[in-house]
Amino acid sequence: MGSITLQKVSKVFGEAKVIPSIDLEIKDGEFVVFVGPSGCGKSTLLRLIAGLEDVSGGKIVIDGKDATESAPSERRLAMVFQSYALYPHMSVRSNIAFPLKMAGMAKPEIDKKVADAARVLNLTDYLDRKPRALSGGQRQRVAIGRAIVRQPSAFLFDEPLSNLDAALRVNMRLEISELHQQLKTTMIYVTHDQVEAMTMADKIVVLNRGNIEQVGSPMELYSKPRNLFVAGFIGSPKMNFVPQGSQTLGVRPEHIQLSMESGEWKGKVVVAEHLGSDTFLHVNVEGIGQMTARGDGSFPAKAGDTVYLTADKARIHRFNEQGLAI
Amino acid sequence: MARRITTQRKVIVTAVAWTIGIVLFFPILWTFLTSFKSEADAIASPPQFLFFHWTTENYLEVQSRSNYFSHFLNSVIISFGSTLLGLIIAVPSAWAMAFSPTKRTKDVLMWMLSTKMMPAVGALIPIYLLFRNTGLLDSRIGLVVVLMLINLPIIIWMLYTYFKEIPGEILEAARMDGASLSKEIIYVLTPMAVPGIASTLLLNIILSWNEAFWTLNLTASKAAPLTTFIASYSSPEGLFYAKLSAASTMAIAPILILGWFSQKQLVRGLTFGAVK
Repeated sequence: MGSITLQKVSKVFGEAKVIPSIDLEIKDGEFVVFVGPSGCGKSTLLRLIAGLEDVSGGKIVIDGKDATESAPSERRLAMVFQSYALYPHMSVRSNIAFPLKMAGMAKPEIDKKVADAARVLNLTDYLDRKPRALSGGQRQRVAIGRAIVRQPSAFLFDEPLSNLDAALRVNMRLEISELHQQLKTTMIYVTHDQVEAMTMADKIVVLNRGNIEQVGSPMELYSKPRNLFVAGFIGSPKMNFVPQGSQTLGVRPEHIQLSMESGEWKGKVVVAEHLGSDTFLHVNVEGIGQMTARGDGSFPAKAGDTVYLTADKARIHRFNEQGLAI
Repeated sequence: MARRITTQRKVIVTAVAWTIGIVLFFPILWTFLTSFKSEADAIASPPQFLFFHWTTENYLEVQSRSNYFSHFLNSVIISFGSTLLGLIIAVPSAWAMAFSPTKRTKDVLMWMLSTKMMPAVGALIPIYLLFRNTGLLDSRIGLVVVLMLINLPIIIWMLYTYFKEIPGEILEAARMDGASLSKEIIYVLTPMAVPGIASTLLLNIILSWNEAFWTLNLTASKAAPLTTFIASYSSPEGLFYAKLSAASTMAIAPILILGWFSQKQLVRGLTFGAVK
């Protein structure tokens, strides 16, 4: 079991209201991603759930029990930190065994559980090494191992992949998703990377300045952003915003038809990024300004060329003066 | 780009460094040499450097006149005892200030340091009276407590600096892993801070070993450590330089040997965190 409910949770540091008031429901077994720009309060929110910070107001309910005042160790949650936070003076084996030892488990049982976790995470050959003798990806796996052995009711991940290089990040992303499918345990994952959010989440919580902007599945957020902030944050490259009277039109780069001959908007290519599979054109459009459009990999435009852009009418987003979707 | 250093500059710098080193070391060397002279040679003018009649009679005399080993034992008990007691108090204090600071933490640290700025003699009368009235005069336990108290600010400051270097996330990980506060300190914090704790320990043993003000004023014979033992040779019946030197050599030898063997640890500890 691992359902978590936040009721009017708030956090104040001195004068700064980091989180004004948040209500959120996380169901058992869900993979929830908190995403937002740096300083939006997503890590603070995770630390409040973990119990590493005290709430300034509101209630945190874990598995139906009020855990607002409980110590971190009493909440049955496991956390994976950005810096891995392995115990540097302990071997991999002792690192993974630590939570079990703290729980007072018998030695033979600990050994068995550590061996099982090591097998799942491909760490069997490294059990006697110290963390400093491991690569970044291996360290991350040890941190995950330490989290899974105690069979927590939920896992908390605080930007766990941001210290890894790009290729490894994609691998670990996959491993964490697979782990979730195997264990079917609730996971809360904090990231500023919207690609991680889109690829891993069952449910994304978009945060901005301590407030929830929108909660929904990745595709919901992508196709029905509630406001300008979510529209601009989800999707890569960013959605183009075109002012039209008091309203704002939103057009995703992938929903623009490119042509060298004719179209709705005429513009000059500033930068052309050829990725092989796709081409991203940054175009200076007359009367609008810079827009980004995606074409297929073979689209021949280069910097300085004149191109024509046509938006897919069915997929245009409209926002009112307050920035809310119409 | 590496800096260019001329040979001439190198020679000058080396010579200056050696001169400073020798000047600093000379008093200790002189004490050591004097301890092997006869009293007459010790006050000879001009002083004799190496070519005198070497003798060990001072050492025999000093040992027969006063019991070196009882003073030595007192020194060991007082310096180790006060350091260990200080550590037991300082580890949790430094932990609290390093990992759970409040608005006033910096002020508390400054206040503790400021107590070291007051001349010790300013507190002598009240402490003396306290000791007399509680029967702690000339007792080891009394000295252990006093030396612990005067070194406590330094112990806490040093530990605080080392603890600050330990990433808070690791302690938070321990908390998430179900460690209670005491287990967090015992299994995670302390092992990680061992180099820092070791150098704090060493430095404080040295400081307490050499402490003379309180040990001289609060002891007479039973609890007297080696500092009192040395002082007893600068007595009213006249100065006996050779015997005083022998006593001094005997008093500083143990701590010098300890310092020599642990110098790597000491230097590492004192520069800990200076370079990341």
